[in-house]
Amino acid sequence: MRRNVWLPAFVILGFVFLYAPILSLIVFSFNESKLVTVWGGFSTKWYGELLRNPQILSAAWISLKVAVTSATLATVLGTLAAFVLTRFGPFKGRALLTGMSAAPLVMPDVITGLSLLLLFVAMEQLIGWPAGRGMTTIIIAHTTFCMAYVTVVAQSRFASLDESLEEAAMDLGARPARVFFDVTVPVIAPALVAGWLLSFTLSLDDLVVASFVTGPGASTLPMVIFSKVRLGVSPDINALATIIIAIVAVGVGIATWQMRRGARKNGG
Amino acid sequence: MSAVIERVAPLRWTAALLAALGLRGRTLVIAVPMLWLLIFFLVPFLVVAKLSVSEPAIAMPPYLPLVERDGARMTISLSFENFGYLFDDPLYIKAYFFSIRLAFFSAVLTLLIGYPIAYYIARSSEARRSVLLMLVILPFWTSFLLRVYAWQGFLRSNGVINNFLLWTGIIDQPLVMLQTNFAVYLGIVYTYLPFMILPLYANLVKLDEALLEASADLGGRPLPTFFHVTLPLSMPGIIAGFMLVFVPAIGEFVIPELLGGPDTLMIGRVLWNEFFSNRDWPTASAVAIAMLIALVIPIMILRTAQQRVEEE
Repeated sequence: MRRNVWLPAFVILGFVFLYAPILSLIVFSFNESKLVTVWGGFSTKWYGELLRNPQILSAAWISLKVAVTSATLATVLGTLAAFVLTRFGPFKGRALLTGMSAAPLVMPDVITGLSLLLLFVAMEQLIGWPAGRGMTTIIIAHTTFCMAYVTVVAQSRFASLDESLEEAAMDLGARPARVFFDVTVPVIAPALVAGWLLSFTLSLDDLVVASFVTGPGASTLPMVIFSKVRLGVSPDINALATIIIAIVAVGVGIATWQMRRGARKNGG
Repeated sequence: MSAVIERVAPLRWTAALLAALGLRGRTLVIAVPMLWLLIFFLVPFLVVAKLSVSEPAIAMPPYLPLVERDGARMTISLSFENFGYLFDDPLYIKAYFFSIRLAFFSAVLTLLIGYPIAYYIARSSEARRSVLLMLVILPFWTSFLLRVYAWQGFLRSNGVINNFLLWTGIIDQPLVMLQTNFAVYLGIVYTYLPFMILPLYANLVKLDEALLEASADLGGRPLPTFFHVTLPLSMPGIIAGFMLVFVPAIGEFVIPELLGGPDTLMIGRVLWNEFFSNRDWPTASAVAIAMLIALVIPIMILRTAQQRVEEE
């Protein structure tokens, strides 16, 4: 059979398109010159500058706290929603829950942000909580849209899960809650980890929703990056990007290694 | 856990309310995600709807209450002026059609680029497949904002592409690429490409090779086989990918803001400016409601198309 050369060539171009901008960020982070696109010799000075910038460091810390908290909350709530939707059969409000847990996936960020902000303002007027806006309101907002992603991931895992395991535990006299935590959760754990990581990334990446629902003093990392990038070139952002890419690469490397090891263990 | 419930007032009330109603176990498990989504997803839309018919005011928050009590008299003032305003000012209507058109053509472009890549990955050996898939997903894990920023560095007049073209002598004047609609198309295709490739791949990998072989045995040449067998069978993947690109692209804010010019009026950007620059919350809410309506129509069309293809 004649091998088609056009398809592989196209695919290679596609990957160049995906990776060239990322590589350029890394290369120019080691650039001596302040001009981001003109090479002025090797230097690591932008890394030093980055680490001395208190604004970026505190924003990174806030972002990290928000991402960990909302990813955890979203994983708990999303797993519950997925469990209810795949296992509970018919109940009142099922259609409503199905719709509400899928809709955030296609909701534009600007609408999610605006509607939550208006809710928080209205709630503060009515019941006095949340008092002012800041980290708490960002966490609530992120939890809400990340939850939808966890629900999708967990739902597909629940659907493919062999129910006889749970039935066996039930037959042996375990109560439903015990079965859930001792049998179901360990089996679906990989999906939960995937859902958590997805939520963590989405939360860390979000600019629009956080900009709407934040208050004075709570600037997340994307908000600081955005205001810097809007003003023009800033080489320290390249350094920050390189650090993030390095962390992701290491994380993905470890995950792949773990998965391969797990696969070998199960296979052998 | 119970300590948390004790401390947070809304949780305490909820627990007390549920206990008073004699609800436990199963109902509680349903109630937790349900209540969260009702309060933080559904109710916010009602607030937006309410605000979109309120009158703007210079105050904090910047709008007038709908219901006013004057002694025993209660007046409800609904103002549909915000919506009228959307129709009077051509800016809004233009922004709608521009956003929908731009999102549509970006999705078509993404499909044209993503399809061959997904096809190639699906036809690769198993070991190669997982590496290629990883390479498709990897950019998604790095910050979206930073990837858009990287394109700024590529496209600006003294950027990487222009420097390269000037150096090779292909052009003698830098091309204007940043702050154009071209840059916005590029940015959307770039950031949404993985979302197109993944559903297409998931569909194409399930395709039965026997069908392709049968077509070849019957004398079908590769191209007609592709158009008569592969393409129709991959329709569900195409529609799913199209939905994942087209729908979010309509409301995109960051890409037109950072790569587009002042005339790249996308509806997400209009809403942002209405809210942050003009501080006009009622108009921003009216824009949000209109945007939701504009989104529901294409989603319904794609959903129906999806159901029809799946039935066949």
